[in-house]
Amino acid sequence: MNKKQINNILIWFSAIILIILIMTPGLWVVLTAFRPQVDVMAKPAVWIPRNLNLIQFETMLFGGSEGSMGRSPIPVLSYLRNSLIISFTSTFIAVLVGTIGGYGFARHNFKHKNKYFLLIMLTRTIPGISLSLPIFIIFSKIGLIDTHIGIILVFVALNIPFTIWLTDGFFRQIPRAMSEVAMTDGCTKLQAFWHIELPLSRSGIASAGIFAFLISWNEYALVSNLARSTDSKTLTVGLMDFTAQFTINWPGMCALAVFIIIPALILTFMVQKHLVTGLTFGGVKG
Amino acid sequence: MAKVSLQGVSKFYGKVQAVKKIDLEIIDKEFLVLVGPSGCGKSSSLRMIAGLEEIDEGVIKIGDKEMNNLEPRERNVSMVFQNYALYPHMTVEENLGFSLKIAGLAKTEIEERVHEAAGILDITEFLQRKPSQLSGGQRQRVAMGRAIVRRPDVFLFDEPLSNLDAKLRNQMRTEIKRLHQKVSTTIVYVTHDQVEAMTLADRIVIMKDGIIEQIGTPLDLFERPATKFVATFIGSPSMNMIKASIIKHNDKLSMKTKDGIIVPVPKDKQNSVSEGQKISFGFRAEDIVPLKFGQKPSSAWEMQSSVNLAEPLGTETLIFTNFGEIEIVSRMFTPEQVKSNDVLDFALNLDRTYLFDENSGLAI
Repeated sequence: MNKKQINNILIWFSAIILIILIMTPGLWVVLTAFRPQVDVMAKPAVWIPRNLNLIQFETMLFGGSEGSMGRSPIPVLSYLRNSLIISFTSTFIAVLVGTIGGYGFARHNFKHKNKYFLLIMLTRTIPGISLSLPIFIIFSKIGLIDTHIGIILVFVALNIPFTIWLTDGFFRQIPRAMSEVAMTDGCTKLQAFWHIELPLSRSGIASAGIFAFLISWNEYALVSNLARSTDSKTLTVGLMDFTAQFTINWPGMCALAVFIIIPALILTFMVQKHLVTGLTFGGVKG
Repeated sequence: MAKVSLQGVSKFYGKVQAVKKIDLEIIDKEFLVLVGPSGCGKSSSLRMIAGLEEIDEGVIKIGDKEMNNLEPRERNVSMVFQNYALYPHMTVEENLGFSLKIAGLAKTEIEERVHEAAGILDITEFLQRKPSQLSGGQRQRVAMGRAIVRRPDVFLFDEPLSNLDAKLRNQMRTEIKRLHQKVSTTIVYVTHDQVEAMTLADRIVIMKDGIIEQIGTPLDLFERPATKFVATFIGSPSMNMIKASIIKHNDKLSMKTKDGIIVPVPKDKQNSVSEGQKISFGFRAEDIVPLKFGQKPSSAWEMQSSVNLAEPLGTETLIFTNFGEIEIVSRMFTPEQVKSNDVLDFALNLDRTYLFDENSGLAI
């Protein structure tokens, strides 16, 4: 074996270890979702699954009771509806506003531009959870607790800075001459943006969109404070429905977790191409 | 009719005045080249004509219509950019037809005009390709095609050839000239390359530091430079330029260089200079020739100097030698071998020696 082969083996070996480290918790969640509670709680742990079943999913979705812990099924469809409404709406607004903002920062010069940009980015340094109390107090005063609008507002605020940052980098990559040609070609500024600059930054906007969506879809801490009932509870918050005073229905919770992961996975794969070009393209020279 | 006129036009970037109250009349169907070093205001001027920069002062008219407050799209001008700026997500055909589509023309007419333009520029076979599949020269052609398809009143070219390699640049230069003959529309062309300016222009505008140094035909500028800057800028190799002061020598006004070399003031300039005046005198490489291999001019001043370096170019040889401490270049049209350190007698043609006042930079 020469040095290069040894090197290769080492690289593969480390890569595999790393992947195992990253994947195991996720795999464990998936496995747990298909196993009976006895297996999950067994000591010593049962590593190789013995009997897999779909009972948790049946219970969760259709309220079947056999084999489950006998607790009434959680309103997962309401949660799903809330999650979808909140994630899609907040993503749409964040991307719309953020893209306009990013375009503004990339293309226009105004006083203190760099300071404003820094300020917007600085908002991301504040841990979201530290905002939960102030937000809760404000929202309770204006009646936004337990509403879609309230949670959407929070997500929009969380996601706009990142969207601005990402799309700003993208618009900077597009030569200014592109829109200038379009304008001498007979376009208004808006037409030039619509026909030329927007299609050219599609990857960036798609990346920004998927990130915003994932953040909204997966967020737990903030929403758990703001959502009180089935009116606004999202799937992630719904996970806590599986805990009772003394027991935790681990398989049920994991089944819901799997249910949460699937749409996110599908979406990520769908825009994967954009995501990769998006992050490299926007980032390298930005 | 599309003459273009700039009247007292200025452009400020913050406190910097990039263009300083320039006046310029561009005649209908003229090929006008704006040339100058970078930062001279030539691109800003062009962009103000296009409407891509605000006009901070003065008036720009195309035809008889004031353009100051019109959007680029309302001016009926086409611009070709240095980096082509083709729309990467559209095919060549869509690139060419984009402006017509925006203007709301019928599909058949768009197709007809796109094919006509593609025919003129010989890019018909690339119509279905994307810009990324084209070579530099082909992209340049598409950019020009996109400009002509609109049948604008004025074409604006912003250094369109600087991204091409030397060979392609020469070829495209010829094509631009040919294009001008075919479409016969007013062209305003910006470049920093004096060769492009000389070969393409009907008239050249030389700019420096935001002002116009001189306007004229290529030969005008070459033969009668109005300023020291124009003299050194136009022509290749650059005109030799030597600082001197006017003294009286043997009852005649002469020019004395820093190194103490004394050259008589040319006869026709004897009355235009005065003793003590600081000047620069310039002469082109072909106006100082090695006596042995060249024809002695009628009004010559001779000197002896050794060759620093010789560059044989086939039809001519450039000889670098010293004039006192200053290196100058001489152009010899005789195919003779000249080596470094050869000592040669040179004759300077005083009839073709230019004098410039050192303070004002103006020709004397």
